[in-house]
Amino acid sequence: MKHISQEPAHGLFDPKREHSNCGVGIVVNLKGEKSHQLIEDGFQILENLDHRGARGAEEKTGDGAGMMIQKPHDFFKAIIPELGSFDSYGVGMVFFPRQPQKQLALREAMNEVARRERFNIICWRKVPTDNTGLGKTALQTEPEVFQFFVEPIEPVEPEQLDSKLYILRRLMEKAVRERAMWGGDIFYICSLDRRKIVYKGLLTCPQMRTYYPELSNSKVKTSLVMVHSRFSTNTLGSWDLAHPFRVIVHNGEINTLRGNLNWMKTREHELSCERFGEDTEKIKPITPQVEISDSAGFDHVLELLVEAGRDLPHALRMMVPEAWNKDPFMHPLRKAFYDYHSTLMEPWDGPALVAASDGYRVAAILDRNGLRPCRYLITKDEKLIMASEDGVLPTKNNKVVKKGRLKPGQLFMADTIEGRIIPEEEIFDQLTGKHYEKWLADNRVKLSDLMKKDDAELTDTFNFDHITKYQKAFGYTIEHLTRLVQPMLEQGKDPIGAMGDDTPLAVLSTHDRSLFSYFKQAFAQVSNPPLDYIREELVTSLESHIGRKHNLLAETPGHCRQLSLTSPILTDEEMAVVKDMDTNGIRSVTIDITYPKDRKLNKAIEQIRERAEQAILNGYEILILSDRNVSSKRIGVPALLAVGALHHHLIRENLRTRAAIVVESGEACLVHHFCTLIGYGADAVNPWLAYRSITQMLRNGNTVATREYAYQNYRNAVEGGILKVMSKMGISTLESYKGAQIFETIGLSNDFVQEYFPGTTASLAGIGIRQVEKELVTRHTQTFDSKVAGTLPLNQGGEYYWRRDGEEHQWNPISIGKLQHAVKVNDYELYKEFADSINEQNQRQFTIRGLLDFKKNYRESIPLDEVEPEEAIMKRFSTGSMSYGSLSPETHETLAMAMNRIGGKSGTGEGGEPMDRFGTERECSMKQVASGRFGVTIQYLASAKQIEIKMAQGAKPGEGGELPGGKVRQHIADVRFTIPGIGLISPPPHHDIYSIEDLAQLIHDLKCANPDAEVHVKLVSKSGVGTIAAGVAKARADSVLISGDSGGTGAAVKTSIKSAGTPWELGLAETNQVLLANNLRSRIRVRTDGGLRTGRDVVVAALLGAEEYGFGTAPLVTLGCIMLRKCHCNTCSVGIATQDPELRKRFAGKPEYIINYMRFMAREVRELMAEMGFRTIDEMVGRVEMLRPKEINYAKTTYLDLSPLLYKQPSDDDPIKTREQNHKLDRKLDHKVIEKAMPALEKKGKPSFDIRISNRDRTFGTLLSSAVAKKYGMSSLEDDTITINATGSAGQSFGAFLAKGISLHLEGAANDYVGKGLSGGKIIVKKPDDSPYEASENIIIGNVALYGATRGETYFNGQAGERFAVRNSGAMSVVEGIGDHGCEYMTGGVVVVLGLTGKNFGAGMSGGEAYIYDENHVFEPRLNKQQVHMEPFQDTRDKKLVKRLLENHFLYTGSKKARFILDNWDDCSQHFLKVIPDAYARILSEYLEKGKDIRLTPPRKPKQYVVA
Amino acid sequence: MSENHPGGYLKYEREPIGKRHPKERVIDFEHIWAPAWEENDLKKQGERCMDCGVPTCMGGCPIGNIIPDWNDLVSRGDWKEALDRLHATNNFPEFTGYTCPAPCENACVLSINDNPVAIKSIERAIVDKGWEMGWINPEPPEKRTGLNVAIIGSGPAGLSAAQQLNRVGHKVTVFERDDTIGGLMTYGIPDFKFAKHMVKRRVDQLSREGVLFMTNIEVGVNMPFDRLYEDFDAVLLAIGAQKHRNLPLKGRDLKGIHFAMEYLINANKRQAGRPVDDLIDARDKNVIVLGGGDTGADCVATAHRQGATQVIQISINPQKPGERPSHNPWPEQPLVYKKTYAIEEGGAEEFSIDTVGFVDDDEDGHVNYLSAERVEWQYDKNGRRKGKKILEKDMKLPADLVLVAIGFEGAQSGHFEDAGVVVENGIFKVDENMMTNIPGVFAAGDARRGQSIVVWAIGEGRDAARNIDRYLTKNNESRLPASLQTINPPIER
Repeated sequence: MKHISQEPAHGLFDPKREHSNCGVGIVVNLKGEKSHQLIEDGFQILENLDHRGARGAEEKTGDGAGMMIQKPHDFFKAIIPELGSFDSYGVGMVFFPRQPQKQLALREAMNEVARRERFNIICWRKVPTDNTGLGKTALQTEPEVFQFFVEPIEPVEPEQLDSKLYILRRLMEKAVRERAMWGGDIFYICSLDRRKIVYKGLLTCPQMRTYYPELSNSKVKTSLVMVHSRFSTNTLGSWDLAHPFRVIVHNGEINTLRGNLNWMKTREHELSCERFGEDTEKIKPITPQVEISDSAGFDHVLELLVEAGRDLPHALRMMVPEAWNKDPFMHPLRKAFYDYHSTLMEPWDGPALVAASDGYRVAAILDRNGLRPCRYLITKDEKLIMASEDGVLPTKNNKVVKKGRLKPGQLFMADTIEGRIIPEEEIFDQLTGKHYEKWLADNRVKLSDLMKKDDAELTDTFNFDHITKYQKAFGYTIEHLTRLVQPMLEQGKDPIGAMGDDTPLAVLSTHDRSLFSYFKQAFAQVSNPPLDYIREELVTSLESHIGRKHNLLAETPGHCRQLSLTSPILTDEEMAVVKDMDTNGIRSVTIDITYPKDRKLNKAIEQIRERAEQAILNGYEILILSDRNVSSKRIGVPALLAVGALHHHLIRENLRTRAAIVVESGEACLVHHFCTLIGYGADAVNPWLAYRSITQMLRNGNTVATREYAYQNYRNAVEGGILKVMSKMGISTLESYKGAQIFETIGLSNDFVQEYFPGTTASLAGIGIRQVEKELVTRHTQTFDSKVAGTLPLNQGGEYYWRRDGEEHQWNPISIGKLQHAVKVNDYELYKEFADSINEQNQRQFTIRGLLDFKKNYRESIPLDEVEPEEAIMKRFSTGSMSYGSLSPETHETLAMAMNRIGGKSGTGEGGEPMDRFGTERECSMKQVASGRFGVTIQYLASAKQIEIKMAQGAKPGEGGELPGGKVRQHIADVRFTIPGIGLISPPPHHDIYSIEDLAQLIHDLKCANPDAEVHVKLVSKSGVGTIAAGVAKARADSVLISGDSGGTGAAVKTSIKSAGTPWELGLAETNQVLLANNLRSRIRVRTDGGLRTGRDVVVAALLGAEEYGFGTAPLVTLGCIMLRKCHCNTCSVGIATQDPELRKRFAGKPEYIINYMRFMAREVRELMAEMGFRTIDEMVGRVEMLRPKEINYAKTTYLDLSPLLYKQPSDDDPIKTREQNHKLDRKLDHKVIEKAMPALEKKGKPSFDIRISNRDRTFGTLLSSAVAKKYGMSSLEDDTITINATGSAGQSFGAFLAKGISLHLEGAANDYVGKGLSGGKIIVKKPDDSPYEASENIIIGNVALYGATRGETYFNGQAGERFAVRNSGAMSVVEGIGDHGCEYMTGGVVVVLGLTGKNFGAGMSGGEAYIYDENHVFEPRLNKQQVHMEPFQDTRDKKLVKRLLENHFLYTGSKKARFILDNWDDCSQHFLKVIPDAYARILSEYLEKGKDIRLTPPRKPKQYVVA
Repeated sequence: MSENHPGGYLKYEREPIGKRHPKERVIDFEHIWAPAWEENDLKKQGERCMDCGVPTCMGGCPIGNIIPDWNDLVSRGDWKEALDRLHATNNFPEFTGYTCPAPCENACVLSINDNPVAIKSIERAIVDKGWEMGWINPEPPEKRTGLNVAIIGSGPAGLSAAQQLNRVGHKVTVFERDDTIGGLMTYGIPDFKFAKHMVKRRVDQLSREGVLFMTNIEVGVNMPFDRLYEDFDAVLLAIGAQKHRNLPLKGRDLKGIHFAMEYLINANKRQAGRPVDDLIDARDKNVIVLGGGDTGADCVATAHRQGATQVIQISINPQKPGERPSHNPWPEQPLVYKKTYAIEEGGAEEFSIDTVGFVDDDEDGHVNYLSAERVEWQYDKNGRRKGKKILEKDMKLPADLVLVAIGFEGAQSGHFEDAGVVVENGIFKVDENMMTNIPGVFAAGDARRGQSIVVWAIGEGRDAARNIDRYLTKNNESRLPASLQTINPPIER
């Protein structure tokens, strides 16, 4: 809940939008013994987690820290003698405004509520606070903190008191809210509880100790502590948003929040429970209507479920279920539990570590993907220490009895009353029971059961002679059918395209565009990760239960009396069954959504709403919205409009839970259509006309697909497409995607959105219901007019591929030809013709910038020669990052040469760069680090001038990529450390960035890898990108790129090219506004790209706030690109986007062409600057007041609201980057090491030395590696030249990018990202000798070890977390057990696992070898066999390799397990299995036949390490 | 692969349908084109099309033929749909499929560094197939508007306008001054380039769709313009641009010197077995063709077929370069030398020849030779000739028959000017809706844009029809599609 004074939304910045991630810590005395020591432990954990939190513009203002402890009764009792026993009262912790009169009024209001609820406020107490050292923002918003003590006037049982206190708090909040008492001031009840209390604030971690002096009082005792350190993207003061909340601490992000809140709202009406009785009404609304943070929302609902009587673990599992649908290992009863509860509630989906406490127990759960870290240890004296990192509370080795981690989807519970950790199975023994299975069997109806297998095909009365009329009436074009639907039915996939989107936004188009196209898909970037629905399919689900939903607070057999679907896409046969159904009381009714031509659209919608309401009151539980009746006399309401209108109407009327909405739509045929329908509340869709269009294609013989596969393929393509769109936002299940409204609109009026799609961000407010209606009627009239011979029945389209009478494209035969001509003959006048054609297109409202004019007389013009020279301007130009792999080497080098010659930048893109280019003119100055980490070595990084972290890509934000095997020729394979012919996958997320604090970590890693390089983060424009950019600034990036949605690409699905992201103008303006509002602008440089083509474009970008400008497609066009859009086919006829050696010869580009183009643009920029009176670009950046909207008649509307775009954000901050980020490299442990290693760098000796390390020492060894790489460049040190022996718990990224020649020996443990990007070094982590536990059964390193490693050796004497060796391409490693998704996307190297692996091993693995020691024969079901297979372990070479690795493992770590296996080699070797990718095996054998062995050779035996 | 044969061009070589062997064809008046083609060959040619993201061919084609679509459909063997897609932009694909110089192929991305897709051959094949299969039939409109349009001139512009207007229900009457419908398609183009029965069948189709044809009616001669203007709701002037450019040189009046078009019409009529007033025959003559263009080439080829002793085609301009000059890059039409079909068959070409006069040596009133100079031109900054350097003086080129093919000055607009229609630079002046200064009177084709090729004429006719329909229905939207005036214009306007 937000009670804090905040700026209202101006411009594009919505302060309510923010993301936060964090560090979490828990200490529990399992025996329930209370002590003050635990508080001290909490402080220490906070201090050791400080790096996971963030600082705003000021170092002294944190984003929030807090602590939940048990109610310190003894302490309170000592101050307030009136207090009764522990169980007799509750204590409230509240933030008040500082003004005494306001405090009085608030107190009075609260007193009144208390009295009414039969409570007595025993006393008020001002909590002593010490704000010394707080930053400006924190001080400005600082509340006064009070405690109040309440007891019920009539004594009640403790549990009853808990419920009453909950209700009391809700009523107090409501009372204050209803009277609007706080005005803009702060009022917030941190906690009001019998059992526990929350201390928190807008503090840094270390400030927690000083701000609340009483916590240091030795009388304050507890047996459990939960602490939290927050990292938020905003820097506005939000004291209330610090964690813990009333029940939870949370690290992660709930992606489906909008939907979850909507569903909660709609369920509210039906809530009732015994415990609350008539008080139920008092707690409503459960989630307030104002915007709310995801964590707070989650907390509200969890609290409700718990207070209403569900056990804490039960409630948690309801809200965050495991990935149960596809889990072959799960007990059927547990499945039934989840299955049943899915009829009550959709999952709160997103990366999450949630820890919750009821004051006696601490329960923690991890999301199904395991996207947040959580490590724990248990000591001999029964203390549980659990935190985001290992080592946050130093513990003597000999006291540790167990080290573990939370696994994906795991529930963990420590119970201080029972005095132990309750195993998950035991919890489920309590939760599950036969009844769920039975209830499901008796009540739930499965659609598949209703389908009669032997039914003949439905007789279709549809008249195919008129199919094109229907198609036209529903907005189909030839292009939709041939370029999208046809490939879908032929290949079962949403088709791929290339080179981005250069067409106008729907609202600016002069063509007929469906309502769907006004909606843009949202996607995850930085604050949460997208998912890989192909490789990590097991966590996804399209299943759903639809129909009547019941009281959330109860469970009865009737709750699951719903219809179960395996997919939201219904076949005609299924639709027919649903239409006719009357099973278990589930009945459906069809509501016609067509209306007579002479009626009005809004009346038609009203009628749909009325009919639906009536049907619900008549007991129908499935509403089928059907447009089958479209005819010359009846118009169909656009399906999306009908769904949004009805869904939200039913929510408002508290009826949405009473029935499902199924759509029988002629309009839906493309993936984006289905996504929007479902995203706005449709439970299922039957695309009746799409199916008939397929039938028609089959009849005409237009497709090679066979009949039986065509429908299934189409459905597969749609389902895959939906999964892809869901996973872009990190959503795994359809249930939580449904109604989650993961979209924003561009060009729809606020009224329209407010009425039919409320809660959706609406940019560029434009058309409303009238214009929608007008276009609908026009299309309808055109459709049913008499036929004109010679005209095509359907429009051509042209949205994807340029057509003469189709949608307009900025790149067309004329603009391409003109630009190429101009740069070839170096003729500025010709360039001007090109620029005019583009600028003129812009004036025809192609783009947002085309809607703007310069205010030319605003400032006095100056002579041209007073403007800074072209050379200075060109330094701000860069070519976009296009990968070596998608582009031919010739093109890639030409881009680099051109930009180096003019002092601009060129980016490597994601595929690395050949080392022989380093230090030459052909080198790209900006090296990209993308999710695939191809070619990212310490040399690569150390050679960079800028390092770019690509979070997303304009054409396909939120998605990964795949370089097809055909393009992986030798030269590409070399750079990527792979072998030719094998397809290479770039995962959707960076596996070391699941949140904002992870990004901060990667930035830190890269700064260590090259302190001289500027680190820069590439984001894609969308609403809210400014908030992310603020987070990026706080994560200490040096610059941020806002990339527009139109950007080119080698390959992306056409759905994504068109339907995700927004133009750069919006994102850039928002970013600038947010950075200024948060005083962060001066800390970071802002760049933009994505369809910039002319000097005018550059000037608009500058005025909107960008300091640097990137160009992607245009430079390629100067080099000869003709926009074939065939990059993904490797057949580029001009040698640009191809690796085919013959085609590469056709490349005819020259650096001069790019230089000419850049110079022309700079010239145009200068001319405009002179006119506007700017001498330098710096002067011009952010001068948004120089822009004004043009007075034009838009094609579709008379009005587009550009004022938010042109809002001038007031700020004291500088409008350009003027401050350097503090990367905090100076005090790193590495410096000590570098000093000692100097002799080695001078090639004098092999130094070896000892150090102590802690979790605060992050990225150890990387600065040293950087020094080595800078010194030696491409050549490297001999192995073991520098040896470092460390002890302790190492911080994250231990040994990241470790250079060859360096060996790190760590005795202790390490956190996430060990050996990330390992570049030839050695890492050994062994269990401390004096720890009593068994190494192989305990965890020793964290998640995502060896991510993107290229070579080197690692030996881990214990288990690793999830995603071990993800995208490893050359390192060799031994580990004694790993978590889920091991060796994912691995392309090379060797991994030996001496124990259990988690699920989904080898997903997306395309190269390398893995050997699993599978004693108990449990491995096989854990293997993902999409791309790999298992082989027996028998090859001599393999045996030699594994044996050597084991020997080394033993010699380095003393591993007992290795010793045992080696000692019993003959027996034990039988238990090894070999895992090898199919393609890799095939290519290996091809090489072997030619007498060439491309496998890695076994490592050398260490000399100096001999374990006794 | 989600794309249509992106690598087809790497699999197959360009092989257009081609022409008959010069030696074989030069002795008859049959089509110079190969008479037949193999379906499979054409499918491969269709597969050579990459289905580009920006199909420049479609920008190069004035009327925006949806080339990638029908290339793909042909490669899939769906000839019927290909024909529909072709007819969507082009009323008479065989006119272009046989005679068009194919600017589309020059604009094809493969012509940058490879051989372009054989677009013209595919177009011809589709329409050949259409006729062969009986797919091309009259499609009269469902309803009539009751409005009448007169079209003057029955060349490709007039005919395409007629068909388009008829399709939306207007009653169309076409007036032709000659005895046969077709304009230059009938008499301007030699039979061996475009056989006349191919015009005839289109005229039949139009007639059966309801278009009325009136021949031997020349407005201003045997039909007053005012009457037309009275009787019809709109009038379209599609009279071509046949006002010859003359060569006012000494000896121009001598016998044996003719305008090319006179000669070609004469030959065509003869070929069609129609009466010819004044026979012009090249048999056993030394023939000189003045002018290096396509009309000149047709003269060369006709003269050869008539049995000329020798034929020389003379161009005032220098020979074009073999490769594109830098000021003329792709996708502009290439200004390069390409041997014409006529020269393939024989005859000589001379370039940079400035004709001085015609000489009658034997004073029989009949030309004997051409007096000329070989020169090197100097140009002004607009590319106009401004001076010359004489390289060879007093050239004497024997000539019994001289054919002047140096272009046209404009429309034969006299009678219409008399009626008050404004003409500028030899062509009718129109507004952006193709309407002349007289309301309801429109102009299209060569008469509006000046001498050009068939494909432009078709486009002009289609656009004129659209504009007339908008005028007649007083509705800014017409159900007829734009052709040249599409939102995305053709590369060369």
